[in-house]
Amino acid sequence: MKMKRLAAMAMGAMVAAAPAMADLVIPDLSYRTGPYAAGGTPFSDGYQDYFALLNARDGGIGGEAVRIVECETGYNTEKGVECYESTKGEGALIYQPLSTGITYQIIPKATADQIPIHTMGYGRTSAANGEVFNWVFNYPANYWDAASVAVNYLLDENGGSLDGKTIALVYHNSAYGKEPIRTLEALSEMHGFELSQLAVDHPGQEQKSQWLQIRRERPDYVLMWGWGVMNQVAVQEAANIGFPMENFIGNWWAGAEHDVTPAGDAANGYKSLNMNRVVDYPVLAEIQSMVHDAGNAAGDGSNLGSVLYVRGMYAAMLAAEAIAKAQEIHGEADVTPAMVRDGMAALEITEARMGELGMAGIGPEFSVSCQNHGGSGQGLVQQWNASAGVWEPLTDFIAPDKSVIEPLIAEDSAAFASENNITPGCL
Amino acid sequence: MLYREAGDFKTSYHADNQTFPIKFDRVGFWVTMAIAFLVIPFMINDYWANAIFVPFLIYAVAAIGLNILTGYCGQVSLGTGGFMAVGAYACYKLMTAFPDVSIVIHIVLAGGITAAVGAAFGLPSLRIKGFYLAVATLAAQFFLVWLFNKVSWFYNYSASGQINAPERFVAGVAVTGPNTAPWAQYMICLVFLTACALLARNLTRGTIGRSWMAIRDMDIAAEIIGVNPLKAKLTAFAVSSFFIGISGALFFAVYLGAVEVGEAFGIQKSFLVLFMIIIGGLGSIFGSFAGAAFLVLLPVALKVIGVDLLGWPTDLVAHLQLVIIGGLIMFFLIKEPHGLAQLWRLAKEKLRLWPFPY
Repeated sequence: MKMKRLAAMAMGAMVAAAPAMADLVIPDLSYRTGPYAAGGTPFSDGYQDYFALLNARDGGIGGEAVRIVECETGYNTEKGVECYESTKGEGALIYQPLSTGITYQIIPKATADQIPIHTMGYGRTSAANGEVFNWVFNYPANYWDAASVAVNYLLDENGGSLDGKTIALVYHNSAYGKEPIRTLEALSEMHGFELSQLAVDHPGQEQKSQWLQIRRERPDYVLMWGWGVMNQVAVQEAANIGFPMENFIGNWWAGAEHDVTPAGDAANGYKSLNMNRVVDYPVLAEIQSMVHDAGNAAGDGSNLGSVLYVRGMYAAMLAAEAIAKAQEIHGEADVTPAMVRDGMAALEITEARMGELGMAGIGPEFSVSCQNHGGSGQGLVQQWNASAGVWEPLTDFIAPDKSVIEPLIAEDSAAFASENNITPGCL
Repeated sequence: MLYREAGDFKTSYHADNQTFPIKFDRVGFWVTMAIAFLVIPFMINDYWANAIFVPFLIYAVAAIGLNILTGYCGQVSLGTGGFMAVGAYACYKLMTAFPDVSIVIHIVLAGGITAAVGAAFGLPSLRIKGFYLAVATLAAQFFLVWLFNKVSWFYNYSASGQINAPERFVAGVAVTGPNTAPWAQYMICLVFLTACALLARNLTRGTIGRSWMAIRDMDIAAEIIGVNPLKAKLTAFAVSSFFIGISGALFFAVYLGAVEVGEAFGIQKSFLVLFMIIIGGLGSIFGSFAGAAFLVLLPVALKVIGVDLLGWPTDLVAHLQLVIIGGLIMFFLIKEPHGLAQLWRLAKEKLRLWPFPY
């Protein structure tokens, strides 16, 4: 015990010695190790590279340089908490943990510490109700939107009716995978399709029995809420049982290059949702010339332009726009986390602005308000072309059925508010 | 010089039987307690509490629990994560069902429920031993995690399957929930750890502890001299699970606040606690502390040195940590099977003889 304390004191001195610089601190709770690294690495690369581009091209945001503090979580909630605690003291402006488990963990903590969280297309869906979750934002879309978009797409394919069809949901057996079940149950009642649920345990390498069940039951469609190594295994297993790939739809965390390439040609035709369009944006060329060629690439620089890289870059763009908005509202370049929250609550993303930033059409147009932290909720469907090795967008952005989702959000956020003695209201 | 028995006279059986027979140890113990209770609570901040002290204190309770079963009674268990989950879910159900009852009582009751579950899973230990028992406890690990995932009653039918600790108070101070002050988190864990450690230390010095050790050293011989194996093994399982249940309840309610069973109490948690007692020292209360401190501090220290000071990539440091822990476990198993506690014991022996070693 004595030795420990001595070591602890020594480390305390080191931590205290780190200089505090006046700049915009953005923590990046990344994971480049473990069974989810394949998804975490490109996202983090995109997130960091965009801020590096802003530093190199514009001298930061509003003249203030951005400093990234990376912390490895390994998709593990304990390490996530440690990362949160170790980075918040540096003046962290906005958290983007890229993990639903860690999000649940830090929602109460960040609310108490008054630091905004942006959970883009993951995390706690009912955080879309900004009056209960003042510090949490999940624009431009959430899981319940994703479930509704997928069902709307299937409705479209089937001439407006899913009556008598069977849809199987293969999901990661965690808070992340369980999120869409409530919405899908409501939708199955509404549209008359039968929903069967198949849980896959962490990390997701064992899926034989689930796919044997699918082979026996022969559902018309399979939806998947997967992440990390689970996606590759699922696509391979679907190919093994000869399930028609065009009837297999992943959510937006189950639709990147590394998920389908291991299955080779057998993965051809696999579909997934996406919340951001992936094409060759001019901003990617700028990153290549001003960040990668200058030797400042995050990671090994090999992920430029991949699905999750673009999504990480999109997340960074939304954060940067929110900070710029905060600077505009408060007339101050060196913003605080509370000011960034104001910027996020007033954020407006238009086609014109995305075009100016060199990423025209990357996401839907949306605006955030105090009440609505969820954005438009739109998503598109993309399909894997194995011979060309690209994800091809099949549709434009599809709107979710808000009439189903909004009552569910109101119900869930009201339950959270009563559990935690929160009086809903704007800050 | 300072560390020796010479001149430290005992005049009663009570004094002769005390936990720390050497004066220097006694002084050291009280100084440590004074620092832990009177100094650290005034200096602690969020980072120190959440990254170092609270996990250390909680893992120390779990390590003491597993050490009683594996180190003292010789029954290998890979079910620690599952039993911690029982403690956490019992605590959650009690907290939400009886919001007016003190959280301290809930945590103790959670330990009691875990003790009952642990004793039930300990029943096979009467028939099977060694590797086979390890596999039986492994089954407990997977069964319990599956159960808490599958039956939604355990998580009060929440949509995400997570359990969240509501805010609870001890003497008017919040000890769970987001608004908990770091010192309050630290103090409740410290009080539980101190109570558990004293209890464990005294149990292992008494009749029960001796019967556990007799079973560990040679069960047939123990049976012949009159140790009841049923009683010894089941009490070891129950007492061990009681501590592990308390640590699981603290882990959920005080430390994390929100828990997802597969992720927080998976098989890797069982291995982590097992590594703690292997590195710390099997069959030693001090070893439980040393092992918990070592495995909580090592990743933080590596991160501070590798990432913050040397500027290495975060993934490199995370991989390096796996390599180092793996290497250390092999090193300890080969070179020092009794762990850090044995090194400490050897150091003390050398000090007693110093400056005239023979």
